[in-house]
Amino acid sequence: MLYYTLKRLGVAVLVAITVSVLSFSMIYLSGDPAVALAGEGASNEDIENVRRVYGFDQPIIVQYGSWLVQALQGNLGHSNYLKAPVASVIFERLPTTMLLGACSLAFALLLAIPLGVVAAIRPNSILDRAALSVAVVGQAMPSFWFALTLILWFGITWRLLPITGTDSWKNFIMPSMALGYYLTPAVMRLTRAGMLEVLSSDYIRTARAKGLRPMTVLFKHALRNAIIPVVSLAAVQFGFMLGGSIVIETIFAINGLGYLAWESIQRADLPMMQAIVLVLSIFYILLTFLADMLNAFLDPRIRVA
Amino acid sequence: MTIDTAKAPATMENQEPSPGAMMRKRVFSHWGFMIGAIVLIAIFLMALLAPYISPGDPFDQVLSRKLIPPIWSDSAKATWDHPLGTDHLGRDYMTRLFYGARISLLIGFGAMLISGVIGTTLGVLAGYYGGRVDMVVNFIITTRLSMPVVLVALAVVSIVGSSLTVVIWVLGLLIWDRFAVVMRSATQQVRALDFVTSAQALGCSTPRILLTEVMPNITNHLIVIATLEMAHAILLEAALSFLGLGVQPPEPSWGLMISEAKGMIFFDPWLITIPGLALFALVLSINLLGDGIRDVTAPENRN
Amino acid sequence: MPEKPDSKRVLEVRRLNVEIPVPGGMLRPVQDVSLHVDRGETLCVVGESGCGKSLTSLAIMDLLPSKANRTCDEMQLSGDNVFHIGERAMSDIRGDRMSMIFQEPMTSLNPAYTIGNQLAEALQRHRKVSSDEARERAIYLLEKVGITAAASRLGQYPHQLSGGLRQRVMIAMALMCGPDLIIADEPTTALDVTIQAQILHLLADLQREFRMGMILITHDLGVVARIADRVAVMYAGQVVETGTADQIFNAPQHPYTRGLLDCIPIPGKTKRGARLGAIPGIVPSLVGHMQGCHFASRCPQLHEACKMKNIDLLPTAQSGHVCRCLLTQGSDAAARKAEGAVS
Repeated sequence: MLYYTLKRLGVAVLVAITVSVLSFSMIYLSGDPAVALAGEGASNEDIENVRRVYGFDQPIIVQYGSWLVQALQGNLGHSNYLKAPVASVIFERLPTTMLLGACSLAFALLLAIPLGVVAAIRPNSILDRAALSVAVVGQAMPSFWFALTLILWFGITWRLLPITGTDSWKNFIMPSMALGYYLTPAVMRLTRAGMLEVLSSDYIRTARAKGLRPMTVLFKHALRNAIIPVVSLAAVQFGFMLGGSIVIETIFAINGLGYLAWESIQRADLPMMQAIVLVLSIFYILLTFLADMLNAFLDPRIRVA
Repeated sequence: MTIDTAKAPATMENQEPSPGAMMRKRVFSHWGFMIGAIVLIAIFLMALLAPYISPGDPFDQVLSRKLIPPIWSDSAKATWDHPLGTDHLGRDYMTRLFYGARISLLIGFGAMLISGVIGTTLGVLAGYYGGRVDMVVNFIITTRLSMPVVLVALAVVSIVGSSLTVVIWVLGLLIWDRFAVVMRSATQQVRALDFVTSAQALGCSTPRILLTEVMPNITNHLIVIATLEMAHAILLEAALSFLGLGVQPPEPSWGLMISEAKGMIFFDPWLITIPGLALFALVLSINLLGDGIRDVTAPENRN
Repeated sequence: MPEKPDSKRVLEVRRLNVEIPVPGGMLRPVQDVSLHVDRGETLCVVGESGCGKSLTSLAIMDLLPSKANRTCDEMQLSGDNVFHIGERAMSDIRGDRMSMIFQEPMTSLNPAYTIGNQLAEALQRHRKVSSDEARERAIYLLEKVGITAAASRLGQYPHQLSGGLRQRVMIAMALMCGPDLIIADEPTTALDVTIQAQILHLLADLQREFRMGMILITHDLGVVARIADRVAVMYAGQVVETGTADQIFNAPQHPYTRGLLDCIPIPGKTKRGARLGAIPGIVPSLVGHMQGCHFASRCPQLHEACKMKNIDLLPTAQSGHVCRCLLTQGSDAAARKAEGAVS
């Protein structure tokens, strides 16, 4: 277990370093970052100034080194648009996005796992086919269109829910649905496939041969094993959802990280963009690492090796 | 205990139809495959014949005729001149929808090709060689997965500047991960089979083995992933365009059309519904086709 | 024919059929199977793979796959009907009054729970006992099945145990509630040869000690010869011959039984280098209805009458010994019955 943890941790750190290199070099995509940072119509003198201040005149490796040292100390740069440290702005916005992500995940899991279980109990039944159709349809719906359709129905036609903002918990219902539904098909299919496999396994027959109640067999013996891959998927997808929150937050005007990212892109606020990409990537790496650990915890074959 | 199905009556074997006929039968009896294929062909024809079947010009603005509702609405303004109405600049919506299909298909196909080449190369190499190569490829995949696609695509497009070509390349360079993952495991499976071992024993060169022994046996996986990724690329392009960083106006991208209609959701929701439904139909048909191909080529892999 | 009630009888199954719909029609893997087991008796069910012996045991436990359908004239456990009594009532009986040991010890235990948890739950489902009592019973039985340091094993997970140990745990689990009947479905097939003997001896000892009825399903005639009180030979879904172990081994009546026995080499008797017996031909498909004797296509003593009509189990000269063959040599009455059966 210790070896397993260390190995996973090592990979995670390596990936994090690679991602930091990539997000650092993102600003070089435009050619000369000094020109890009100085903005349109800047004089040559301004550009040279920017070049010196940001250290673009130094070798790239030195630039990366100093950037990394700064980043590790929590200094992710300075937003020249907001005139504020990037890190503090990001951490101000992060909780909102996390809350949205958590609500979306909860929505997806609460919908998908029961559906997957029910579909697996009666494979090829009408219910199973209906659930699969919902999954197929769901996977084909563009999230922003789904979000707008929700607004159209719940916000405008029926006037049940507020359309924008983050004032109350009601504000989070539609965004959570819009962000979470995309995850539902994958979780449902995985739950269904896992349950189908587990339900036909020998140990389920053993559990039934012991005379255990159907509910005990289903939940204690079957779901417990079928849920293990779902946990990994959920953790991974949580990371994807934070990335996808940019679309949803923009539509619902939720003042989170995604909205910040969109604003920064509009304003060509390079340090902010860079930092958001880095933070979300690191967050994702952390999540997959935690998912591996959780997996090991749930599966004694990994935990007690 | 399992029931031994291999013990089929001996008389059945003589009447068994040829593999080709069986395949045709499976294809035509698979409703998902058929619906997907028909819808996709319809959209493809729509895109191909857009200049000939469109009622108007996609860029022609007639401000006096703006926001005409589609013909099924009760409004007196509805007219057969504009079956799907017009947008806020008075452009014929049906025409823009037809031309939009070109953009979606082009981007979906282009991004799928690029990502397919990258992902398949990485996946096949990792699966075939294993060991260190596998480790490195796995690492690249993990790194790629940890970067949020939409955000990175947006950032890169905003830095580099947006155009159709840029969007295709950015998406192609970003979404190869599933190709790599699936091709890797498929190659691992094929590699362990006897005919690859015997080709190695015969002294065939590695490129030759990869091309003549491995590739043909993983093509059905490749096609399935290709359809999925094409759908994925189309959805991503729509999202980018919706956020204003994909295809630029006045091009008629479906995502952009929804974006432009955002502000009119209160009074003219059909402006959002129509391109949304088109996107939905296109992605759904590609997914159905992909699922269908998987079921038809490898019926044992169902569920 | 009415049987007089027998208080010692643990299991009585009469005319059990299993049908499974398959693409080609209706598969009938178990046809007209009748079995009985008395208290303290071991019945061995033998036959080649696919003859329906495992499905028979699953049918008795009501653990068949959901699409399989079973019919039966009578199925009694210690005098109580256990056929079609509903899942709830059946689950009260399973694991309590009758339990089962499966073929695959490697996959028959849930990987997510400890041995102790899985043992205790078998008892706690059927008895109102504290978890301490359940734990004590588990330790007692683990020791009984020959597991050392039983108390420390309770916290272990299945993947930490070898196949032999897992099968011992499965046996202990089956005994948790002290069942009247235990069904062991090829319990040693998946194990190493050296372990096989140990497990079989263990089963035989435990069966004697706890005075249980036991059905041992196997295709290993060597095993049967050592521990069976009575034997049922199955072929193509049917019981073709039943009798005491002595009757089956020393006076086999059915051509299939004889063929099976010829397949066993006997040290000293079988000549070195001589060909072992083999039964030519293949097992008939069990899809759809079949007319005549199931063994007809492979029988060395085939008669025209064999293909005409289904054959019933016919009594032989010895009591308790029945055989599904027209050539059965029985009492005169039996011979007349045999003629009646074909006409």
